[in-house]
Amino acid sequence: MSLLTQYAFLIVPIVKVAVLVLIVLTVDAYLTWIERKVVAHIQSRWGPHRVGPHGLLQPLADGVKFIFKEDPLPANVDKVAYFLAPFLALMLALTSLAVIPFGPDIAVLGHRLTFSIADVNISLLVLFSITALAVYGVALAGWASNNKYSLLGGLRSSAQMISYELALTLSVVGVLLVAGSFSLREIIEHQANGHLGLLGWNIFGFTKDGVGFTQIIGFFCFYIAAIAETNRVPFDLPEAESELVAGFHTEYASMKFAMFFIAEYTSMITISCLATILFFGGWLSPFPASWTFTHYVPSLLLIPLGLWVIFDGMRYETIFGRIVLPGVGTVLAAIGAGLIVFPVVNDAIQGVFWFLAKVFTFLFIYVWMRGTLPRFRYDQLMSFGWKFLLPVSIANVVLTSAVVLWRMH
Amino acid sequence: MTGALVIFFALAALAVVGSISLIVQREPIHSALSLIVVMVALAGLYLLMGAEFVAAVQIIVYGGAIMVLFVFVIMLLNAGEEERTNFSKLATFAGIPLALAVTGFIAAAIAHSSASLPAPEPSGALTSTKTLSMLLFSDFVYPFELTSFLILVAILGAIVLAQREN
Repeated sequence: MSLLTQYAFLIVPIVKVAVLVLIVLTVDAYLTWIERKVVAHIQSRWGPHRVGPHGLLQPLADGVKFIFKEDPLPANVDKVAYFLAPFLALMLALTSLAVIPFGPDIAVLGHRLTFSIADVNISLLVLFSITALAVYGVALAGWASNNKYSLLGGLRSSAQMISYELALTLSVVGVLLVAGSFSLREIIEHQANGHLGLLGWNIFGFTKDGVGFTQIIGFFCFYIAAIAETNRVPFDLPEAESELVAGFHTEYASMKFAMFFIAEYTSMITISCLATILFFGGWLSPFPASWTFTHYVPSLLLIPLGLWVIFDGMRYETIFGRIVLPGVGTVLAAIGAGLIVFPVVNDAIQGVFWFLAKVFTFLFIYVWMRGTLPRFRYDQLMSFGWKFLLPVSIANVVLTSAVVLWRMH
Repeated sequence: MTGALVIFFALAALAVVGSISLIVQREPIHSALSLIVVMVALAGLYLLMGAEFVAAVQIIVYGGAIMVLFVFVIMLLNAGEEERTNFSKLATFAGIPLALAVTGFIAAAIAHSSASLPAPEPSGALTSTKTLSMLLFSDFVYPFELTSFLILVAILGAIVLAQREN
């Protein structure tokens, strides 16, 4: 026991890392399912529905496929860079999650448990420095593949990331000026505003005395630049399949391709977490703190969802679905009911619940945009980044500084 | 203390190996990658000295922005492998002695000054970003503004050079 407590500083983070990586990889896998389903429904299709009920086992089948697929090595590739690129992309994408606080500290059996792996006081800068290095995964993959489409994809990606990183960083400066800290935890705590609820978030920006300055300009610049940084529609030029086959990962197959895929979805999660933390109050509830009855919102969502899944499962066409779906529904409803029965647990998960709810909203917006928006043209992309996004973010910095200065006096 | 020393030597070795690899590599992209390793190792050294802000900025600016530009240019020009030439006579008669002399001077300078200069304590105590910015905008405001002006001039120069082609 003494050995366990002695090395707790080492064991606790390792356990946290393992749990977080497992959760993130699962979320990544099911994000592909959600994406395919949502985009399919936007386009009046069914999407995956053969593997498991509602296609729920599709990610599993995809995973098995990726592992067992042949992994050919193209001729004349630069071996070091070719193998390094997917590892670099995945490693940096997963590392960036380490500084994200997923919820407020809670006490478990007398021990303080923080919902983040590393709580550093320059966490935002650490995050940006990891994002700054993330471009190499894509650029190297494009260069090392010895393929003109890959090279074009890698070039486009580097150019795009250089251009939009400026706007991304500058759009956050407004939030930093208001909060006065680089720590994501402190930025969230600064948005806590007991009686105002969601009006205290940076997107609305009301302070305790009722006046405030909204960061809505900063948010729009941040979100647009962030989508460009993650190479997603409408900024997915590095992998524009109609022009470049698959862009930088054309020559990658099997697990190495899967690593790029996981990296992309993980950085989507990171960016959604960051948008939540910087502009939408992180783990803070959108309701005023005095409304304690809103603590039942998780249960109110989970129980009807569970009941609906049970109902849907009972009339499902396959026997497998008729067993699995009601089972899943029962678990969901039971968790919802359990939260009502144990108010201590319910209070403890409030922060994490709101954080995840907001993150999933942003992830849904990602998918929604993919189903709706056409791709930018290359020159449009560049002129939009440099001539619109960058000046607007600089204007936001100047405006916010002026307001902060004016409020000081 | 010993832990910090071990990390210091690991990072220093990484930086030295990266620098040597930067020169020895024939493929320009590999050289650029080596330089990135050096930058990241330096950032680690800054962090060890408690300069967290400088460490993060080192990675963002040098590791990220500047080196991405390097890699981008190398990829855009599709620069092939370097060709090795024989040692030029200038290098043999002037280069090697000069390099040895400079190394000797630096070594001598370090050997003499280590006793008199207070070395930064790798204690793990972090200098806050606020303190740094206060210093930057009070005591060092003129050098800071001059550097900003220099960068502005460089930006203008880049625009002028780019405009000339049209």
